[in-house]
Amino acid sequence: MMAIPGESRLRYHCQLRQSAGERRADTHPLTWRLREDGARIGLDEYREKDGYEAAIRTLEKCTPGDVIGTMKEANVRGRGGGGFSAGLKWSLTQVGDHLPRGYLICNADEMEPGTFKDRLLLEQLPHLLIEGMIIAAYANRSCYGYIFLRSEYVEAARSLALAIGEAREAGLLGKDVAGSGFDFDIALHTGAGRYICGEETALINSLEGKRANPRAKPPFPGQSGAWGKPTVVNNVETLCNAPGVMQHGVDWYRGLSGGRSEDGGTKLYGVSGLVERPGLWELPIGTRGREILDRAGGMREGHTLKAWLPGGGSTGFLLPEHLDLPMDFDTIGQYGSRLGTGLIAVVSRRQSIVSLMRNLEQFFARESCGWCTPCRDGLPWTVKILQALERGEGKPDYIEILEQHTVGLNPARTFCAHAPGAMMPLESALRHFRAEFEAGIAQASLEGVG
Amino acid sequence: MGNTGMSDSGMSKAQSGVGAGRRIATDGDGFILHQDDRRAMLTERDHYEQPQAACIEALKIVQRRHGWVPDGAIAAIAETLGVGTGEVEGVATFYSLIFRQPVGRHVILLCDSSSCFLTGSEELSAALSERLGIRFGETTEDGRFTLLPVCCLGACDRGPAMMIGDDTFGPVAVDDLDELLGAYS
Ligand SMILES: Cc1cc2nc3c(=O)[nH]c(=O)nc-3n(C[C@H](O)[C@H](O)[C@H](O)COP(=O)(O)O)c2cc1C
Ligand code: SF4
Ligand code: FES
Repeated sequence: MMAIPGESRLRYHCQLRQSAGERRADTHPLTWRLREDGARIGLDEYREKDGYEAAIRTLEKCTPGDVIGTMKEANVRGRGGGGFSAGLKWSLTQVGDHLPRGYLICNADEMEPGTFKDRLLLEQLPHLLIEGMIIAAYANRSCYGYIFLRSEYVEAARSLALAIGEAREAGLLGKDVAGSGFDFDIALHTGAGRYICGEETALINSLEGKRANPRAKPPFPGQSGAWGKPTVVNNVETLCNAPGVMQHGVDWYRGLSGGRSEDGGTKLYGVSGLVERPGLWELPIGTRGREILDRAGGMREGHTLKAWLPGGGSTGFLLPEHLDLPMDFDTIGQYGSRLGTGLIAVVSRRQSIVSLMRNLEQFFARESCGWCTPCRDGLPWTVKILQALERGEGKPDYIEILEQHTVGLNPARTFCAHAPGAMMPLESALRHFRAEFEAGIAQASLEGVG
Repeated sequence: MGNTGMSDSGMSKAQSGVGAGRRIATDGDGFILHQDDRRAMLTERDHYEQPQAACIEALKIVQRRHGWVPDGAIAAIAETLGVGTGEVEGVATFYSLIFRQPVGRHVILLCDSSSCFLTGSEELSAALSERLGIRFGETTEDGRFTLLPVCCLGACDRGPAMMIGDDTFGPVAVDDLDELLGAYS
């Protein structure tokens, strides 16, 4: 008999690797409500666990300005990878009595290689996101919210649709949210593929039913975004931080890092690659890479750590000696990398860096939207060069050409951050593992030069 | 093999979807939009400030019924939403999960991003290709499977990961393929 796919042991179930006993409301604001069995938390259960109290109180007692001030002081930094202060972003949204109310978009397009955190919140705790969106919409006077969800997240779509329905039925969405006089509703928008949709202005074009090419900035979405209206785009995890901040306050939120970081709150950290127990944990922001790797049980037997990507395919490689750095935006930024999404991918000593770089650049080349020439033409060129080096057929000037790309595709020369993101792992790989690239240059061609 | 127009090197740079590249003649001229689908599109339209925003969902509505998006559907969607055919066509050719040519009964999306690469996706895709007798972008002769690469599926803690239809699996070992494929007729 063939296994029924629904029951297959191979079926993917997303889960947190922390037991309920370890997770408490005051230390694990994102995940304390999650169940051991990984089932979706419905509205009743969410409300039993204090759900929507933060949003209801905020709408009742705070002005939008209060919310923005609180978010700023708490130093909630964007969890989509950029680390931009959410409160600061909200303070730049254009609002005024003479202006139309704009939109709030939740970026749930999670496609960054190595990133599997938003999926957990979307599938199992959709009401936390909706509550965060109500607070964000209130602060930004948004009239309507969209959750831009990647098409492959089928389970998340089901879970969100149910939750939006439940919230609407309970008067938490729609006209006069929870009797506050504030109107706000949410629609689920699912995508149709393409990594570039995660870039916030490409996402807005995609939402409008256009090709997902990024837009020029300025104007920033906060001034003119979806259909020319002020638009706020935030990541799932960022929005899920808002209810905790509003419920427990700035001091509590900033204290969550326990002095590990200037940043506030907790972070969904994770590890993938050849470790014993890959997974996801909610930990104080600024937790060291070593502790996260320890939670994952360390490298798999027979493997030792050669390098690691701290937060996705568009972050720079770090070395084992960097494992004792606090994993926060500013610190990792000082070491030629970025915190990115905070999900670590480990690279074993047995893995060729040149091959891994070839795989990464194939991804970025394929996912280029094709709008600007340096990215459209430059990325496939790096792939060709890396493929030649991988086969040991590189020419003497190939490393120099790669280095030129890491400069030529920098943020000033490309239309969006896609190509610079593609160059960050390459630049760091060349810096840390130059000998591996040199080994890919054909001996015959070297003799020719000599 | 039902080669859908991919170059030998596999996926060309900006296009990973079936039919995102070369166009072939289709039975599009005879396309008739189902009444339920038209209604669903009009409902979608009301979620947005402008009707064009519903066109990606409209393409997906057609695809859910037909498996892919024939040429004739483009005009039908444009007419239903009141937008230009050029706009709909432009969108239809941009997104990798809108199929402009027939696909198999089950579309396999195999993650080829970095964490799955580190845990063996290239061995898995080679084995899968051999088993099915097709490369990325192709459909098996019996019309059962189409094989496509996909961006990180957000299942990296269980790499290598893949989807078959709406189901996500991981980690998938080469030895698991028989069991897995066998469940899809
Ligand atoms: C190529 C590219 C892809 C991106 N993909 C995502 C994504 O999938 N999810 C996300 O939240 N942010 C993504 N971002 C970042 C967004 O542009 C944006 O900064 C973010 O959604 C803002 O939310 P935050 O401030 O809450 O982090 C991407 C950026 C780039 C350049
Ligand atoms: S950098 Fe790449 S992805 Fe960004 S606009 Fe240019 S071509 Fe498109
Ligand atoms: S890299 Fe394959 S699921 Fe993330």
